[in-house]
Amino acid sequence: MFKKIIAGIIIVAISVAGLGLVTKLLEPKYMSGILEGAMIKEYYDDPTEHDVVFIGDCELYENISPVYLWENYGINSYIRGSAQQLIWQSYYLAEETIKREHPDMIVFNVLSMKYNEPQNEAYNRMTLDGMKWSKSKVDSIKASMTDEENMVEYAFPLLRYHSRWNDLNEDDFKYLFHRDKVSFNGYYMRVDAKAAEDVPEGKPLVDYQFGDNAYYYLQKLKDLCKENDVELVLVKAPSLYPYWYDEWDKQMVDFADDNNLTYINFLDLQDEIGLDWAEDTYDGGLHLNLSGAEKLSKYFGNILSEDFKVPDRRGEKDLENYWKTVENRYDAEIARQQGNLEKYGSVHSPDEK
Amino acid sequence: MLFTSYEFIGFLIIVFAIYYLIPKKAQWPFLLVASYTFYLLADPRYLIFIAITSLTTFYAAKLISDKKEAFDVWFKEHKKEYEKEERKALKAKEHSLEKKIFLACLLFNLGILAVTKYTNFTIANVNSLLSAFGRADGISFVNLIIPMGISFYTFQSMGYLIDVYNGKHKAQDNLFKFALFVSFFPQLVQGPISRYHELSETLFAEHKFDWKTVSFGLERILWGFFKKLVIADRILVAVKAIIGEPDTYNGFYAFAGAMFYALELYADFTGGIDITIGVAETMGIKVTENFIRPYFSKNIKEYWNRWHITMGTWFTDYIFYPISASQFMMKLSKKSRARLGNNLGKRVPVYLSSFIVWFTTGIWHGASWNFIVWGLGNFVVIMISQELEPFYRWFHSKVHVAGTFGWRLFQVIRTVLIMSSLRMFDCYRDVPLTFKMFGSIFTKSGLSQLNLESFMEMGLTNYDYAVVFVGMVVLVVVSLIQRSGSVRGKIATLAAPVRFIIWYGLFMATIIFGAYGIGYSASQFIYNQF
Repeated sequence: MFKKIIAGIIIVAISVAGLGLVTKLLEPKYMSGILEGAMIKEYYDDPTEHDVVFIGDCELYENISPVYLWENYGINSYIRGSAQQLIWQSYYLAEETIKREHPDMIVFNVLSMKYNEPQNEAYNRMTLDGMKWSKSKVDSIKASMTDEENMVEYAFPLLRYHSRWNDLNEDDFKYLFHRDKVSFNGYYMRVDAKAAEDVPEGKPLVDYQFGDNAYYYLQKLKDLCKENDVELVLVKAPSLYPYWYDEWDKQMVDFADDNNLTYINFLDLQDEIGLDWAEDTYDGGLHLNLSGAEKLSKYFGNILSEDFKVPDRRGEKDLENYWKTVENRYDAEIARQQGNLEKYGSVHSPDEK
Repeated sequence: MLFTSYEFIGFLIIVFAIYYLIPKKAQWPFLLVASYTFYLLADPRYLIFIAITSLTTFYAAKLISDKKEAFDVWFKEHKKEYEKEERKALKAKEHSLEKKIFLACLLFNLGILAVTKYTNFTIANVNSLLSAFGRADGISFVNLIIPMGISFYTFQSMGYLIDVYNGKHKAQDNLFKFALFVSFFPQLVQGPISRYHELSETLFAEHKFDWKTVSFGLERILWGFFKKLVIADRILVAVKAIIGEPDTYNGFYAFAGAMFYALELYADFTGGIDITIGVAETMGIKVTENFIRPYFSKNIKEYWNRWHITMGTWFTDYIFYPISASQFMMKLSKKSRARLGNNLGKRVPVYLSSFIVWFTTGIWHGASWNFIVWGLGNFVVIMISQELEPFYRWFHSKVHVAGTFGWRLFQVIRTVLIMSSLRMFDCYRDVPLTFKMFGSIFTKSGLSQLNLESFMEMGLTNYDYAVVFVGMVVLVVVSLIQRSGSVRGKIATLAAPVRFIIWYGLFMATIIFGAYGIGYSASQFIYNQF
């Protein structure tokens, strides 16, 4: 009987370990090419308590540099963002963040108000797979799933990624048990520049009204912050595209007024920020490059320090140690990308995908 | 709820757990609840149809059975009081009443099947006729629901009714037990078409948890999933591409499509039946086997004794034999022998009965002409094969190849090719197009047409074809081993680590190489449509 129990335990252990190993092998690593899928998970590696947490889509994680905010204002911040991060995903990330560390301020970029329904499985995965299991994650999955998705495939990612068996590459083996850092406290860096020329005007829409679902989560986000005594600041990043309509802007202004919130539309402050669209974007106006991100961070850093009195925490030994490592990586990445630019005319070396 | 859906697997786990946790007396009533829940989840409206069939068949069979029994008792006591002729008359009178009940129930339920499944097919044909006579205003089509598995449960119920009517067994006394026999969820949507006396032996019995039975059932389910997900649903992509573009994929590609479809249908249908039998087995219930390695058959007749066995025997027992033995056929036999001679005349009623059986088999598979032509195609091939029997005998007397491996292999390949050709009617679902594509195999095939890159444009990569090929090899090897007994039984005798490697390997292969989830459209089992 004892032997049978032992045999049973061994069989279960081998089976589970085998499944775990195959899952690890087949899940996408996001270590080259599309890096955004690796960003949500990196947050859990940061042991510090943040004063400011930015939550939103690419208009945050490509436009704000937490390293700059730390170096120049002593603001300890993190960007919890991923590609096409929908408002309900941002809400549940905020909920999880508040449970974990209780920041003083949450900055939310409002572009995702334009989406009222679940959009795309691949983007969902990039946001949701990286989250640690919690009620917030379950709720976020429920809110995000498109018709083709199933909760079971989130619980057992092998069922989703099994078909990658014929797409395995070197990275899948190299990053089987670990990941490199791809962001700098959530910031996705690009040093190259591609001037914004002929940015298209927004096409007229039939209906400019943001959807009920989007408003529902914005309201929930406001309530969550209020209940937890967290300052909520709404922002619209200065990206020129996707187009931000005046009608949309007015709705955000009204919402902020009605709820006594700060709303900053950086599109209206481009001159004050000092943005030069010939130099400060790497993709023709969709996202800022390092130069643009640091200009925006400088401008926003002033607001955060002076208007919102976010403390300067330089001098705290643990934080200094932590940020030293991030700064080193930050500088190394700048050097790497600039080196590649000089050598190959692209931030990517030829062997990168 | 598809067998391969997460919902079905979740449903199974819940049913399985409750089945063994509740008192054994409550096991079969619980299965009835589970079966009706399964049906309810598909579409609540379906329940009305299956309930009506269950109720009418139960009461009709019970009435017939009770009357038979009561009459037999009465007759035993009183038969001495009557002369021979009077006894005959009494029996005939009694039988006449039973026959009326029987026919009323049979026609009513077959009527439901006919109306739900064949109304629009009839309208389409009437409209074609009207159009041929210059009437442009046809009859409008009707929007009727076709309850899931109606062909299967109607045939199963009618088989039961016929058996009771023929006195093969007594009617079931418990309405709920009968309702379970009709609706038993693993076999509800794609068969097998079980016989009451077989299924009832274990369906209503009390089952205690037995690890060996349960593990054998789970192994069978896993094997079914492997066939369905790894082989059938993967090659399905190429089958769809070939069928969908007949102008591009003709000639050799049409032949390849027919062969791919042969593989897909086999893996799909037998995979589904494996899951059905496996699910029942985990609960200690024995469901009849429906396949015995049909692609190893040496002729079409043998093939039909090994493929979809329960359907074949149903048609044989409940259509072929009654028609062959009917008074009409007896008279026809007499007349044809008198006019055409004994040799030819005796074949007329047999061929006519076969014709009816194959016509019905065809239309049972689907309300469209391609299925009817497919059915009649089988009839023609079987008849030709029978007519050529003297030639075969002559041939074997001259050429002594019978019994050799080469000859047996030739017979097997010939059968597969003939059946795959006939199945092209099922593939293309259009009779003229099927003939055109079949013709193109002989007129357009050529080495110049053969371009392997074209196969990569059908939605599958070389890796996919490799998976299908390996899957097919595994199928063949398992079938070869199976000839000398149960494969699961043989594996069970191996050392525990070997057993673990085999079953865990199969599980992992199914999980990794299965064509399911996002990127693959959920494919219904082909026989669910009947």
